[in-house]
Amino acid sequence: MSKNTFSIGGVHPHDSKISRGCAIEQLPLAPTVYLQLSQHIGAPAKPIVAVGDKVKVGQPIAEPGGFVSAFIHSSVSGTVKSIAPRPDLAGIPQMCIEIAVEGDEWAPGIDLSDTLVTAIPEDNKAIVEKIRLAGVVGLGGATFPTHVKLSPPPGSKCEMIIINGCECEPYLTSDFRVLMEKGEQVVVGAAILSQVMGGVPCTIAIEVNKPEAIAHMEEVIGKLGYKGISVMPMKMRYPQGSEKQLIDAVMHRQVGSGALPISVGAVVQNVGTALAVYDAVQKNKPLVDNTLSVTGECFPRQANLLVRVGTPIKYIIDYLGGVPEDAVKVISGGPMMGKAIANLEASTLKGTSAILFLTAKQTLRAPESGCIRCGKCADACPMGLEPFLLQRLARANDMEALEQNAAQDCIECGCCLYSCPAHIPLLDIIRQAKGAVLGAIRARAAAAKAAAEAK
Amino acid sequence: MSQLTISPSPHIHSKDSTTSLMRDVVIALLPAVICSFIFYGWREILVMGVSVASCVLLEWVITKYLLKKPSTIADLSAVVTGVLLGLNLPYTTPWWVVFIGAVVAIGVAKMTFGGIGQNIWNPALVGRVFLLVSFPTYMTTWKQPQGLFGLDAVSGPTPLGAIQEGLLSGASVQDLTAAYNYRDLLFANLGGSAGEVCALALLAGFVYLCIRKVIKPWITLSIFATVALTALIFWGVNPARFTGPVFNLLTGGLILGACFMATDYVTSPMSLWGGVIFGVGIGFLTMMIRYFGSYPEGVSFAILIMNSVVPLLNRWFHQKKFGRK
Ligand code: SF4
Ligand code: SF4
Repeated sequence: MSKNTFSIGGVHPHDSKISRGCAIEQLPLAPTVYLQLSQHIGAPAKPIVAVGDKVKVGQPIAEPGGFVSAFIHSSVSGTVKSIAPRPDLAGIPQMCIEIAVEGDEWAPGIDLSDTLVTAIPEDNKAIVEKIRLAGVVGLGGATFPTHVKLSPPPGSKCEMIIINGCECEPYLTSDFRVLMEKGEQVVVGAAILSQVMGGVPCTIAIEVNKPEAIAHMEEVIGKLGYKGISVMPMKMRYPQGSEKQLIDAVMHRQVGSGALPISVGAVVQNVGTALAVYDAVQKNKPLVDNTLSVTGECFPRQANLLVRVGTPIKYIIDYLGGVPEDAVKVISGGPMMGKAIANLEASTLKGTSAILFLTAKQTLRAPESGCIRCGKCADACPMGLEPFLLQRLARANDMEALEQNAAQDCIECGCCLYSCPAHIPLLDIIRQAKGAVLGAIRARAAAAKAAAEAK
Repeated sequence: MSQLTISPSPHIHSKDSTTSLMRDVVIALLPAVICSFIFYGWREILVMGVSVASCVLLEWVITKYLLKKPSTIADLSAVVTGVLLGLNLPYTTPWWVVFIGAVVAIGVAKMTFGGIGQNIWNPALVGRVFLLVSFPTYMTTWKQPQGLFGLDAVSGPTPLGAIQEGLLSGASVQDLTAAYNYRDLLFANLGGSAGEVCALALLAGFVYLCIRKVIKPWITLSIFATVALTALIFWGVNPARFTGPVFNLLTGGLILGACFMATDYVTSPMSLWGGVIFGVGIGFLTMMIRYFGSYPEGVSFAILIMNSVVPLLNRWFHQKKFGRK
């Protein structure tokens, strides 16, 4: 049993990886896709096509709207029908490029063969540029543009790349399937990342509930023979896949409040991102599809699907037999951090990792009762916060004390609410408080900057 | 499926609820309760029955008619208070005294503070101490118990009470404790309130709670360690005047107090170090009261005194935060 894990808090929900045995299937093309302009952290992309234009698969259709932003490519071939707001998963209107699908014609220069390309180009600058042009973003949840992470600010030095294969959220199995079926590509992607960051060692972290993946990746690494890449089996614990927790678990270094992983010499990339890096650099293939799990005990047709970005959720669900009768909640992502889907007409994003169906019994919250001061929320908090205290301060609107007690450090992992026997909506309350505290901190910084400039 | 439910993450919850935790505490107390029934017979069953029934009833009446809030009896915390109060009273306590104890425990110590989670002092202990002060005769004399199966039990005052009296009349501790056999103390009682009867049954319950992760062992262990150490020092210096560590660990409701009263969530500190200091405080105060106070059994007072310090301990001791000094 592996002992590698993060040092504070955490919970052990049942892992429910019921779709682990489903090999990745290719989803047939939807008649229409909708590509959201803002599907990464940072500025929304700016469209570079017009209504009526013919596009091919992999052709850029929107360019970055800033340094922290990303290209968006057409995931299908066809005609641009509209560039207009469309309700997203939560029902909030977002600018989308609508493309009516006609055939499946790929842009020139993209290598669609299955041949594994192991020779890595030498020019690191060119590699990062390729990754940028391919619109690669972090697929582990935060969708942070990958090329930004690979361009550390001057003065900081990367000492280790961590490939996050923990998949610690219950139900999700897409990373597991990618490791099993495209392990070679992931390893080449990892080798590329390690070379770009100056030949630093690279650790692929996989939780021990996926022993096949650990064994398979060790074998692949041995076979491909890149230097400095290794697998680290991790103890099962949520939220191990959270960036700060994973760095703590692998390197025993804690990223400070408000700081970036690079401040302790770490760069973390998800398994899916490593695959996207391989595709971008070795195959010239931009990020136009990703693997997602469709799962839940009440869903008979479990699947791991390779889906073109922008495919309507409803199309995916209908392909697999429709929303099950007893499902009351459909979630984009895992049950701990995923978002409840309000609008099934919305489309997938680059970072969509799963569609999960939960029944009333599995998901409905019990009514809130009084805090019994059991401390279970504090024991569970991986950031070492005291959720019972934060929720009390938040209800009293005590901003100063909230900041002192580090409400802004909350990673919204949900461990506190998951553990609270009194069913107090701790995270709901803390999430709001965190937003307010971060706002206050930012306002203060802006005011300080303005004052400094005025002098 | 007709309509999608939308709510923020997380979308699943652990199986723990206030009710499940309290149910575990009741389960953990069962061996001791059964033990006391066997030992003291139907009068103990009556005390326990009145205690639990009045605690639950009072909580229901108060929430419904005085506070006009939804009833909280389903969380079983009133049952826990009732069982603990029952275990803390002699089997000879008249039913109306038990009822007064319940009124003080639930009505005064718990509900006037706003119900579960709000009280500063452990309700069952407040009830017990109130009775101890108001009805000392009922609370300190023990008659020959009639066991459920006609088991022989020992009569007389509690061991600690007997020793205090004996010391006043000039006898030495060695003479007085010679009468007690530690095996008896561990397996069966030598007079005392019901909860003192079977140390092993209580310890089994404590282990169960630790395994089920309902409580953490630090508070209890630091009480035991402090009591043992303090007694060792005093007894080492003057064995004729002071009782020794084993005797002190096994008597006077120390095990019941340390395992089940001091570990009450609401009235104990949440952090590890807060808990250790809390436990050390209880252990030390218990021994000071036993050695120098006018009540032979100091655990209840010690816990109540340390309960008052909990808000301070919670303010001073925090979890270590991730990535911060
Ligand atoms: S959601 Fe925030 S407060 Fe709650 S456990 Fe996670 S980090 Fe801690
Ligand atoms: S877990 Fe819930 S009941 Fe326990 S201390 Fe935290 S908020 Fe209170």
